[in-house]
Amino acid sequence: MNILSLFVLVPLLMMLFLFASKNMQQIRTVMVTGASALLVLAATLTIMFIQQRAISTDEMLFVDSIVWYAPLNIAYAVGVDGISVVMIVLSSIIVFTGVFSSWNMNMAKEYFLWYCLLSIGVFGFFISIDLFTMFLFYEVALIPMYLLIGLWGTGRKEYSAMKLTLMLMGGSAFLMIGIIGIYYFSGHATMNLLEIANNLHIPIEAQRWLFPATFLGFGVLGALFPFHTWSPDGHASAPTAVSMLHAGVLMKLGGYGCFRVAMYLMPEAAHELGWIFLILTGISVVYGALGAVVQTDLKYINAYSSVSHCGLVLFAILMMNQTAMTGAIMQMLSHGLMTALFFALIGLIYGRTHTRDIREMGGLMKIMPFAAMCYVIAGLASLGLPGLSGFVAEMTIFVGAFQHADLFHRILTIAACCSIVITAVYILRTVGKILYGPVQDQHHIGLPDAKWYEKVSTVGLIVAIAAIGMYPFGVSEIISNSLLPIIEKLTI
Amino acid sequence: MDFSNFLYMKQEVSLMIVFIFLFLYDVFCSEKGKQRFQLVACTLFAIHTIFGFLPHILDAIFGIKYNLGIGILGCFSFPTGDAFGGMFISSDMTIFMKNILNIATLLVLLQTNNWLKADDTVHKRGEFFIITMVTLLGMYLMVSAGNFMMLFIGMETAALPLACLAAFDKYKEKSAEAGAKFILISALSSGVTLFGMSFLYGATGTMYFSDMTAQIMSNPMVIIGFIFFFAGLGFKLSLVPFHLWTADVYEGAPTSVTAYLSVVSKGAAAFALIFAIYKVFGNIGIVWHHIIWFLAVITITLGNLFAIRQKDIKRFFAFSSISQAGYILLGIIAGTAQGMTAMTYFVLVYVFSNLAAFGVISAVENKNGGDTRISAFNGLYKSNPKLSLVMMLAVFSLAGIPPLAGFFSKFWIFMAAFAQGQHVLVFIALLNTVISLYYYLLIIKAMFINESEEGAVQRFTTDGYNKTSLVLCVIGIFAIGILSCIYAYIGTLSFGVIR
Repeated sequence: MNILSLFVLVPLLMMLFLFASKNMQQIRTVMVTGASALLVLAATLTIMFIQQRAISTDEMLFVDSIVWYAPLNIAYAVGVDGISVVMIVLSSIIVFTGVFSSWNMNMAKEYFLWYCLLSIGVFGFFISIDLFTMFLFYEVALIPMYLLIGLWGTGRKEYSAMKLTLMLMGGSAFLMIGIIGIYYFSGHATMNLLEIANNLHIPIEAQRWLFPATFLGFGVLGALFPFHTWSPDGHASAPTAVSMLHAGVLMKLGGYGCFRVAMYLMPEAAHELGWIFLILTGISVVYGALGAVVQTDLKYINAYSSVSHCGLVLFAILMMNQTAMTGAIMQMLSHGLMTALFFALIGLIYGRTHTRDIREMGGLMKIMPFAAMCYVIAGLASLGLPGLSGFVAEMTIFVGAFQHADLFHRILTIAACCSIVITAVYILRTVGKILYGPVQDQHHIGLPDAKWYEKVSTVGLIVAIAAIGMYPFGVSEIISNSLLPIIEKLTI
Repeated sequence: MDFSNFLYMKQEVSLMIVFIFLFLYDVFCSEKGKQRFQLVACTLFAIHTIFGFLPHILDAIFGIKYNLGIGILGCFSFPTGDAFGGMFISSDMTIFMKNILNIATLLVLLQTNNWLKADDTVHKRGEFFIITMVTLLGMYLMVSAGNFMMLFIGMETAALPLACLAAFDKYKEKSAEAGAKFILISALSSGVTLFGMSFLYGATGTMYFSDMTAQIMSNPMVIIGFIFFFAGLGFKLSLVPFHLWTADVYEGAPTSVTAYLSVVSKGAAAFALIFAIYKVFGNIGIVWHHIIWFLAVITITLGNLFAIRQKDIKRFFAFSSISQAGYILLGIIAGTAQGMTAMTYFVLVYVFSNLAAFGVISAVENKNGGDTRISAFNGLYKSNPKLSLVMMLAVFSLAGIPPLAGFFSKFWIFMAAFAQGQHVLVFIALLNTVISLYYYLLIIKAMFINESEEGAVQRFTTDGYNKTSLVLCVIGIFAIGILSCIYAYIGTLSFGVIR
C-alpha cells in the first residue's frame, strides 16, 4: 500500500479502536499510540521523500491513483511534493501535541472520535491530488468543528460554533462551484490536479470567475479579510486542542488550497486579478495585528494575531515569486507551530486561573515558571526573534515581496512590514502584563505548574520551532525545489 | 387480448400477489395469526423487493441481458418494451425506479410496527398495509406510463388512498384535518393536470407519449397544456408555489405516513415528471427551461427559509423536503442522461437519509406520547446515543456532508446542471446548501448540546422492526456514496432512456 494512504488509515483505525475502548486509560493508550504512529509515519515519509527526490525529477512523488467514479473521471489520487510533506509533518506534530493538551477531557471518547475525524480530513486534504477527493476531505475536516466547539467549548460556544461552521461552509460553496467549473472548463476529462495543470488549459474567460471563486473559497478558511470574523470567535470558544488544531493546521488548508488549486491551475487569472486579493490580504495583515492590540482576552489576542499571520501567508503567495512563496510555506509552518504553542499555553493557564482576561492576571512568572517561560518563547517566536521560526519565515517573505519594484507592491509590502512592529506591541504588552508585575489575584498564588503531559505538548512544539529557526535551510530547500514547477507556470 | 403483455408488468403482478395475499390473510386468519401480521407483511414485501432486484443482480453478475423465455423460469425474466400498445412502458430504468420505491416502502413499513401496535390502531393494521400497496401500485403506473391517461390513472390511484392514510388516526383532530386537506389538494391538482392534458390532446390529437413527441411545438396551446400539467405534478412534488399543503399534511398525518408521503410519493412524482419531460417535451426545452429554472430557485430558497422558523420536527422536515425537491429539479433541468442519472441517484440517497430521520422521529414520538416539537429532542444524545447518532447521520446526509451519500448525490446533481451551462442556478443552489446546513445543525444542536427538558424521553430500546430499518438506512447512507458502482450502474440504465 502507498505510504500516503496510511495517513488516512491510521486515524480511521484509531476511530475504530476508540469505539471499542471502555475507559480513560484505553482511550489515552489508543490516542497516544495512534498519534505517535502518525508522527513516525511523517518522519519516515520525510526521509523517503528526500531520498526519492534525489533520484527522481517528477513533480509529485509517491503518486498513486485508483479510479473511483469512472463516468465522471474521479479518482482517489494521492501524491506529495515538498510542500505537502512539510504540511503533513506539521499536522502530525500538532495532532500529537494536541492529544496531550486534551489529556483530561469530559466525554473523552466522543471528543477524540471527532478529533480523529478532523485529522482524517486534514491529512486526506494534504495527500490528495484529485480535486474531488481533495474537496471531500476538506469538508470532512470542517464539520467536526461544530460539535467540538459546541460541546466542549467555553463562553459563547453555540454562537461561535454556528458562525464558524456556516462561514466556512459558505466558503466551501464557492469552492465547490470553482471545482466543478475547473472540471468542465478544462474539458471534463479529469479531476487530477497535475493533469489539468500540465496538459489542459482553462480558457481565460472562465478563469476570470473561477479564480476568485476558488481563491475566496479557500481564503475564508485562510482568514482573508473581510471573511475572517469566524476566526476570533471560533478560536476563543474552542477547547484547547481544537484551537491548536484549527489555528495550527486547518487554517493552513486555506493557504495551501489557494496556492495548490487557485494559483496553480489558473495562473493567468492570478496575474490579472491577484492585485484585488493582494489588497485584501494586506488589510488582513495590518488589521489583524491592530485588532490584537486592543483585545483583552488572551485567546482573542491570539486569534487576531492568527488573522494577521495567515494574512501574511496569502500575501506572500500572491507575490508570485520563489522567495516569497517559500516564505509563505515557512510561515504556514512557523505560524502553525507557534499558534499551537500559544493555544496550548493559554489552555493551560485558563485551566488553572479560570480567566483569560489579561487585566485579571499578573505575576504568573512566579506562580508557574515553566508555563510562563514557554509563553515568553512563543511570544518571541511570534514577533520574529532571530533563531526561532518566525524570523526566518517573515524575513523570507519580505525579501521576496521587495523584489517587486513597482509602487503598488512596495506600498503594500511596507504596510505589511509595519505589522511586525504592531506584533511586538501586543506580544510584549501581554507578556508584561500577565507574566511580570504584581500578582493581581491572590487566589492565583499556589496554583500548580504544568503537568507532565502539558510539558510534553509544549516542549514538543518549542523543539520544532527552534529547529526551524536554527536550521531553516533544510526546510526551505525541500519547499523551494517543489515550488519551481508552480513558479514556472506563473511566470509565463 | 394478448396476455403475454402482463409479462412486462412483473413487479405490478408481484405486488398484486402480495396485496391479495395480505388482504385474504387479514380477513380470514385467526386472532393469533393477526399478531404475526406485521412479520408476514414485512417478509412478503421484502421478498417482493428482492424479486424486483433480480434483473439488476443478474445483470451485474452475468453482464448480459438475460431472458429466460416463457414457462416456469419465465417468471424470473423481466422483458422490457412497450405493453398494451404503448400504454405501459417497461425499461430497465423503470424497473430500477420502482425498486427504489420498493425499498422506501419497505423501510416505511418496518417503521410502522410500534405505531400500529397501539390499542387504537391495532384492529386496522391490515388496512394500513393494503392501502399502502394500492398507492404503491398507482405509483408504479405513474412511472411506467406511456400515455397521459395512464399517467393520470396512476396519479389518482396513488392519491386517493393516500388521503386515507393521512387521516389514519382519524380520532386525532390533526390527522383528520390532514386527510381532508390532502384530498382537497389532490382533487384540485388532478383537475389541473387533467385540464392541461386536455389541451395537449387538443393540440396534438393523441395521448401517447411516443406519438406526441413529434407534434409538440412551442405554440400557445401546447405551452398552456404543459404549464397546467406541470402544475399538477408540482403539487405532488410540493414545489413552491404549490407547496402550501405540505407542512400541514406532514404535521398532521401519522409519522410513518409522513415518511411515506415525503419519500415514496415524492419520488414517484419526480420520476413521472422526468419521464414526461424528457420523452414528450424534449422539443420545447426553451419553454420549460425557464419555468423549471425559476421554480427550482424559489423552491429551494423558500423551502430553506421557512424551515429555519419551524418548531415542530415534522413541519421542519416538510420544508426540508420541499427544498430537496428543488434539488431534484436541478437534475431535471439538465435534460441529459447525466441529469437523469444524478436525479435518480439523488432520490435513492434521499430515501435512505430521510427515512433514517423519520425512523428516529417515530421511535421517539412513540415513547413521549406524540410530542413532535424539536425541543422534545433536546438532550437525546444523553438518553439515547445510538438514535441520535442515526439522526445526525441522516441530517448530515441531507445537508450534503461527506463522506455520507448525500454529499455525493448533491455533487452529481450540481455537476449535471453545471454541464448544461446552468452556472448561476448551481451557485444559488450551493448558497442554499449553506442555509440548509444552518437548520440541520439546529437539530444536531438540540440533540447534542441542549439540556433535556422535563418529561423528555428516558433511555429506551427501539423495537426490532424499526431497528432493522434504521440499520438498513445507515448502511445505505454510508455505502451508496462510497460504492461508485451504484452510480455507474444507474448511468448505464439512463443511457438507455435518453436518445
